[in-house]
Amino acid sequence: MITKRIIPCLDVRNGRVVKGVNFEGVRDVADPVEMARMYNAAGADELVFYDITASYEGRALFTDILRQVASEIFIPLTVGGGINTLDDFDRVLKCGADKVSVNSGALRDPALIPAAAERYGSQCVVLSADVRRVDGQFRVFAKGGREDTGRDALEWIAWCVGHGAGEVCLNSIDTDGVRRGFDLEMLDAVAARVDVPIIASGGAGKKEDFLELFRHKGIDAGLAAGIFHQKLLAIRDLKEYLAKNGVEMRL
Amino acid sequence: MIAVVDYGVGNLFSLCSSLRQLGLETAVTADPAVIRAADRVILPGVGAFGDAMEKLAAAGLVPLIRVEAEKKPLLGICLGMQLLFDKSWEFGEHAGLGLVPGQVCPLAPDLADPALKVPQIGWNALHILRDDPLFRYIREGEYVYYVHSYYAKDCAANTLAVSDYSIPVTGVVRAGRVYGTQFHPEKSGDTGLRILKAFAEL
Repeated sequence: MITKRIIPCLDVRNGRVVKGVNFEGVRDVADPVEMARMYNAAGADELVFYDITASYEGRALFTDILRQVASEIFIPLTVGGGINTLDDFDRVLKCGADKVSVNSGALRDPALIPAAAERYGSQCVVLSADVRRVDGQFRVFAKGGREDTGRDALEWIAWCVGHGAGEVCLNSIDTDGVRRGFDLEMLDAVAARVDVPIIASGGAGKKEDFLELFRHKGIDAGLAAGIFHQKLLAIRDLKEYLAKNGVEMRL
Repeated sequence: MIAVVDYGVGNLFSLCSSLRQLGLETAVTADPAVIRAADRVILPGVGAFGDAMEKLAAAGLVPLIRVEAEKKPLLGICLGMQLLFDKSWEFGEHAGLGLVPGQVCPLAPDLADPALKVPQIGWNALHILRDDPLFRYIREGEYVYYVHSYYAKDCAANTLAVSDYSIPVTGVVRAGRVYGTQFHPEKSGDTGLRILKAFAEL
């Protein structure tokens, strides 16, 4: 049977991997190519790279890194960050990305989702949504979680899936970096609305958090950054633990 | 030399990187002379069946591939594998290359467990039904990476391996020297590389 997926996420700025807590106070961790090799050897099912560089130079550095990783690591690679146009899709796909994750770019121009799905196929389009509770509502945030769009998250995600997003990466700002478990309430609400694969992000602190996550219906993958980068949790140990507890894993 | 048929469908970066990693000489080409001169041919593909067949026909490659498939090993990957069949029902009925008997149908209505998602995206265990030189370097039950909404059926006689998605999903087919994998060997980690290595040694 199809496995659940464990996905380390590498936020890259100026050619280095960083990881923030609640999206702020970013700390440098390591070299992205080295880390990608390490995670591949450790059994990661997929890798996600977010380009959080603003400058042109940083962007060029990022595509070099991506090309290097894609030339030697043969698992799916998803790339996000700064994806605003079809040209951005093209740029990262040509460097070896398999899927492209869109967030603020789609909020600015929702037509990007159907246009990208038509050109590259839905399997290539990942909707990434940063979501936080505001006045009892799940609200979508833009610009790396800093700006409340006022949009209802469930409506937004359902619209994007209906218009061609083939996967959803749900980042809960409320649980991000807190390491007390995934935002299961938010994930359940999204899983009830859409039928494409859902990648859970934000809040993983220990292996039990992943077991609890995968006991919830409709969640296909767990994504984390800091706990893997800081070696608080080894991917191999995590996957063995989950397999022993009845979760289908690629070992 | 392996000819990777470039007919404007899909991203060939990973496939070419995989073949390079294995030290295999590769030509990404739509040139009939290069495809004729190659020892073996890979037919990649991502996207919709009808569009891909049209592009292959527009490049003048349909008769050529049919002829070359008799002479040397050919591997279709993902949509490239689906094109090997007689026909597909993706957005209407479309004729395929007819190199492997069977048809390509939507996965969703055939699933025994309707809660499973379509497309099937992710890693699934490959169960070997018939041993074959293509499996020389892999064991039963290794995981491979799938991304697809349609699958090949009515092809039991030509099926070498399947994966379980509440129904047995055709994973690897063979007819003579023509092979096809529904999954992406170039995205299936070390297991995928070992399948490509075996193909290069057929």
